[in-house]
Amino acid sequence: MTPRLGLVVNPIAGMGGRVGLHGTDGPALEAAIRRGAVAVAPHRARRALERLRALAPDVPVLAAEGPLGGDHVTGGVAEILPRTRTGPTTAEDTREAVRRMADAGVALVLFAGGDGTARDVVEAAGTSVPVLGVPSGVKMHSGVFATGPEAAGETAARFLARPGACRDAEVVDLAGDGPRVFGVARVPDAGSALQRAKAFTARSGDADLAALGREVAGEMRDDRLYLLGPGTTVAHVNAALGLPASLLGVDAVLGGRLVTEDASETELLALLAEHPAATLVLGVVGGQGFLLGRGNQQLSATVLDAVGAGHIEILADRGKVAALDPPVLRIDVGDEHATAPITGYRKVRTGRGRSTVLRIVAEGLSRSPGP
Amino acid sequence: MNSFPRRYHAAVWDEPLIMEQGAPGRRGTVPPGPIEAAGDLLPEGMRRTTPPALPEVAEPDVLRHYLRLSQQTMGMIGISLFGTCTMKYNPRVGELLAARDQLAEIHPHQDDAAIQGLLEIVHEFDLMLRELSGMGRFIFQAGGGAAAAYVHACVTRAYHESRGELAQRRDVITTAQAHPCNPATAAAAGFNVITLPVERDGYPSLDALRAVVGDGTASLMINNPDDMGIYNPHIKEWVDLVHEAGGLCFYDHANFNGVMGRIRAAELGFDACMFMLHKTFGAPKGGGGPAVGAYGCTPELEPFLPGPLVVRTDSGYERRENEAGVGRVREFLGNLPQVVKAYSWTLAMGADGIREAADISVLANNYMETRLLAIPGVTKSFDHLTARRLEMTRYSLGEYTEETGVTAVDVQNRMTDYGVDAFWLSHEPWIVPEPFTPEAGEGWSKEDIDYWIDVLAHVMEEGRTDPELVRSAPHNQVVAQIDTASLDDPARWATTWRAYRRKNERENERQNEREVTA
Repeated sequence: MTPRLGLVVNPIAGMGGRVGLHGTDGPALEAAIRRGAVAVAPHRARRALERLRALAPDVPVLAAEGPLGGDHVTGGVAEILPRTRTGPTTAEDTREAVRRMADAGVALVLFAGGDGTARDVVEAAGTSVPVLGVPSGVKMHSGVFATGPEAAGETAARFLARPGACRDAEVVDLAGDGPRVFGVARVPDAGSALQRAKAFTARSGDADLAALGREVAGEMRDDRLYLLGPGTTVAHVNAALGLPASLLGVDAVLGGRLVTEDASETELLALLAEHPAATLVLGVVGGQGFLLGRGNQQLSATVLDAVGAGHIEILADRGKVAALDPPVLRIDVGDEHATAPITGYRKVRTGRGRSTVLRIVAEGLSRSPGP
Repeated sequence: MNSFPRRYHAAVWDEPLIMEQGAPGRRGTVPPGPIEAAGDLLPEGMRRTTPPALPEVAEPDVLRHYLRLSQQTMGMIGISLFGTCTMKYNPRVGELLAARDQLAEIHPHQDDAAIQGLLEIVHEFDLMLRELSGMGRFIFQAGGGAAAAYVHACVTRAYHESRGELAQRRDVITTAQAHPCNPATAAAAGFNVITLPVERDGYPSLDALRAVVGDGTASLMINNPDDMGIYNPHIKEWVDLVHEAGGLCFYDHANFNGVMGRIRAAELGFDACMFMLHKTFGAPKGGGGPAVGAYGCTPELEPFLPGPLVVRTDSGYERRENEAGVGRVREFLGNLPQVVKAYSWTLAMGADGIREAADISVLANNYMETRLLAIPGVTKSFDHLTARRLEMTRYSLGEYTEETGVTAVDVQNRMTDYGVDAFWLSHEPWIVPEPFTPEAGEGWSKEDIDYWIDVLAHVMEEGRTDPELVRSAPHNQVVAQIDTASLDDPARWATTWRAYRRKNERENERQNEREVTA
């Protein structure tokens, strides 16, 4: 059967950006409309589809109904997935549409939105079906977006012509004041020589990180406690040890064994009291260079103090480092005493025998000026 | 007066591969049979049981085939402002010199006494490069710039080993805008690589270097200016910092063109440097001839150089082994025809001419920059910096792509429809979106530079009115777009005919199976 594309558009995504809001979640939408916001995502979804149609005119599309998808499809074979709910569209519409598309066996879900939409998509799709984002939101920290609408159309066309390699990508959104990993999606591995895109790392990315994971695992000492932080980068260390990874939480490893999975702050402090010689391994969360945010509340100031700034290892994907502008990592744990020793220039490991040096600054989105 | 843009169309032959041509038994020349059977001279195990699969074609077909391929060469006859590569005209006199019997017909194992003239040229050219750099000695063995960087990695290893510090000195420090051959060769030689990111000033900060330099530092490997045309004015402090920690400093002079005759590596404190004769020094490149990475170092590092070295004695020139050296990185003295061409170029230019060429290349780039930034949609990398760029500037089409969906690669493809060679984008990683990097050099005329800029502006306008025309380009070229997916797929990529057949037959079988099951 010809691979089918699922299409879902968050019609209100991105409306806050040009009127100085951080998103269109909840009450912000009304404020955005009052300030004269216009729809962004539908136009960008159309641009992506036009490009897709130019390259793959015959790809059948399964689109969510009305403004959620179908309205933006022009030409080609399209089937509409009828909406079962009434009233204004909500996040539940996105989730439901994606679930039904996955059940219907689409080869790829193309969605237009921002981080909030990505969260809804991954919540519904999990890793059962590959997804790809048309960047249309205000915040896009997640690794599921193409560089632009046309790039999304091209990547989708290429993938549908030859459904192949996928890789994991983090879905990151702001929670409270800091970014947090909300899930892991499968995205097409758009590693072609001419498709170098900032949001995507080159095909070798995963191999580099797997080698780094083995290197870090190989350096581990049996008498030392290792706290493996959240995210797909650090998960390569778990994989090298043959251990599962709680992608959204902190795992504690001792003597090559998993002692606590997804540990809470209390559990971490108890472990650190028993094993004061400890190393914390951290990855970079999302595209904005967050190392520690309020999303990782278990890694509190007290925990960081107990580990000691000198015992923090930072791992990062080379593509993520290249996309940092400026090249700084941010921490925001709200405690001067615990964060001060962590700040300044620090070595960040990007591959086996490969590293870079990034400046770590203590500031959160909460304190940075709006767009 | 010709109208703009000029009419252009490349030759299109749809030429089959030589292996796909001919017929069994067809011959160009039929050689006489052997005087005596030669098979007995070969050991049993080395004798073929089946004859090799060679093309069987007639002489005129062979001539036409290669003539057509030469007509289908994409590039080198258009206007080529391919940044970071310094695309220079290669004087024909250099080709005439290299074709003379005294060079073309000699054998590397000939006695020194029989090649005194050639050895003299090698020595004299070494002296010229010493003057340009302040280094103590140059060798020409490396077959390219990356190979010269690798020489440095090997010399670094030998130097620290001789001091008993190799086990501790594991780190080579480079920058995100240094040529990728620097981290690559350091890693190939077994070092760990620390890459410093570019910060707001357009180069990495001294504090970032300070954070990682120490008793683990083996060497710094760096370009200056970098590929964005930005010169790091703190370079002497960088070198001092690395020296204080006991590391070596290597100056990758890939971007020498803007500073020729204006700065010398030794005076900035560097221990070693590299020049590319096939770009900066007027010898051919890019398939026009083999390359040479001239590696030079201070007298302190000379004992570690790969041999043989050419030395001048009372009785003439001789090749002498370098006992404590790193052995060989390549055979013999290197690609000497290129050394002779570079020697000829350097003599013709003279010291004043070389300095003037550097100034002209910077002037030409700044002229280009003024015109390019007047085109709507073209922006400059790090555009808050006011200092002038040297011989290159990195631009971005990011805003234009956001507006039109037409990418830098699309624009690049379309420009080749107007007799302009594809432009250079950027080495990885891309730190500006949709980058492009032209380099005018000292040789291209103002008319050529203006035409190139006019073509860019024209193509960008086409992208606004008819994006599909630009995206589906090139239209007037030898080939249109190719599917690059197989470049990433080990099951499909092929660098030989045999691999191509094996993999494609397998692929075709799979395709058939898919169709059957569907």
